[in-house]
Amino acid sequence: MKETIDRLRKMVNVLQVVEKHPDMYFITLEQDQLVMALGYLKNTLNFKHLAFLQAVDYLEDNKFMLTYMVYNYDLKANLGVNVFIDRDQASMSSIHQLWEHAWQYQRELYEMFGIDFPGSPRVHEPFIMESWEEMPPMRRDFDTLAYSQKTYFPRPGRETNDPKDQMKKVKYPNYPESPKIRRDDD
Amino acid sequence: MTKISQSKYKDFVADRSKYPEMENGKPIIDLDSHKFTKIWQGPQHPGVTGNMSVEIIVNGDEIVDAKTHVGYLHRGFEKLMERRRYIQCFPIVCRICVPEPDTNEYCVSAAMEDLAGIVIPDKAAWLRTLNLEMSRVAGFLMWLGGQAGSLGMGAIGQWTVAMRDYWLDLFEEMSGGRIYHMYMIPGGVRKDLPLGFKDRLLKIVDRTYKLLDDIERVFFNNAIVKSRLKGLGIISPEMVSEYGIVGPTARASGIADDIRINQPYLKYDELDMKMLTSNIGDAYDRAELRYQELLQSLDLVKQILKKIPENGEIQAKLPNVLHWKIPAGQTYIKAESTRGEHGFYMVSDGTKYPRRVFARGASYTHAISVLEKLAVNITISDLAALMVSLHTCPPEIER
Repeated sequence: MKETIDRLRKMVNVLQVVEKHPDMYFITLEQDQLVMALGYLKNTLNFKHLAFLQAVDYLEDNKFMLTYMVYNYDLKANLGVNVFIDRDQASMSSIHQLWEHAWQYQRELYEMFGIDFPGSPRVHEPFIMESWEEMPPMRRDFDTLAYSQKTYFPRPGRETNDPKDQMKKVKYPNYPESPKIRRDDD
Repeated sequence: MTKISQSKYKDFVADRSKYPEMENGKPIIDLDSHKFTKIWQGPQHPGVTGNMSVEIIVNGDEIVDAKTHVGYLHRGFEKLMERRRYIQCFPIVCRICVPEPDTNEYCVSAAMEDLAGIVIPDKAAWLRTLNLEMSRVAGFLMWLGGQAGSLGMGAIGQWTVAMRDYWLDLFEEMSGGRIYHMYMIPGGVRKDLPLGFKDRLLKIVDRTYKLLDDIERVFFNNAIVKSRLKGLGIISPEMVSEYGIVGPTARASGIADDIRINQPYLKYDELDMKMLTSNIGDAYDRAELRYQELLQSLDLVKQILKKIPENGEIQAKLPNVLHWKIPAGQTYIKAESTRGEHGFYMVSDGTKYPRRVFARGASYTHAISVLEKLAVNITISDLAALMVSLHTCPPEIER
């Protein structure tokens, strides 16, 4: 894995390297070099499997951290590639041309975090939440309490009725009042 | 010229030079022309694997376009976990996969331990391995019933689900819960095995072997099953990495990638097991491979029972979990579920609450990208079999 990262260093500017385990490293790259680095990782360094692409919201720094987790079948090792992007105009280059399933993650990130991936197929199509009008819900400033109070406002309970009176009023308005009559009938 | 159907008319090639008209490799679909019909398979349909639906456009009974829709089961687990303390995440994570919750519990426990630098005791690791293998058996039994059911063989589904119930009884003995076990917690497991559990487990293993003998006879040696599954949904080895395909689905296409062997966790490196692969990559091949893996899991259960130590700690010492602050960092823990690589990506910022927890469901791409590609040019009747063969599981897609 160290050799991989050394080779990567010759291509792009690697800002940070963290060895989590011998078979799992996390590296941080610059935003504009990411697609090139992933292409190099996939095509030359054999990191062929993209396990996932996800985002972490760092609201206090006004940044999103994107994590691309790739896997090498020969080295049997994972490499997590982190990149920080601006939170206000969240937009990132698409990698749908590298992996056929990458658009799925990009569509999910657009819906859940509001990160746009221009050019990615079906990226603006709703994934889970059709007709959602609020801010993307996985952003940390999305106020879940305010949303639920607004949407699921406390409704008054149903009117309670005494079943005996209610049945008489609704179902049997003409039923004789006195129970005596019934006894006589019987 | 494209093949009309991969299953029934393997050698028959439809003349598609004139109709439907193609543009950029895709048919031009005009619903107003009344030559195409749009049908929704699901969400309420016996032929879908749970709460999802496939919007299909058919020409006759042949599918020309398919689109997967999920979202009927979204419960916002990942968002909920951001507002829960670490230990409070446990009742949530097991619900991410109903037939096989233990993989989630293991991944989340292991991710927390990894970030906090906790090493679990030896016996706890063995008990976790046993629990995971038992859940694989239960998961495969459920799948086998589904695959048979998708071809109209409801009886096999009843047999396997009834057998799974015996396994659920064992889970209940082990953990107190039948469906959601919450047996694994950070630092180890909750309880030791009850008295006489091993004998009862071995008895059920034997009964499962007997049932699988029957199933092999009536399902895998069945002409109808062969004619319908052979040639259906062929996945080439090149597709595996392009589409993020994992687990038995990838191994049936010749990609030797099993996390239990390639990156062994818990006690898998001490067990005698070999990588099972195949090379045809159609639905029948996948079914056979899963059947072999089910037998392998039963064998592993027996091996684990022999090796599990009688005495020993089952819990590492933890700080007060209600005020547990995990050091800042990120990790990705994965395990081999019946569907393949099931992983959890966890980011901690040093507080009592996780910054982000992401569940990488094994069938996330199987159900959307892969299904949408493979469903084209098959018939409506084969779609259910294809979905089960890809082992799609909606709760882990939308989390």
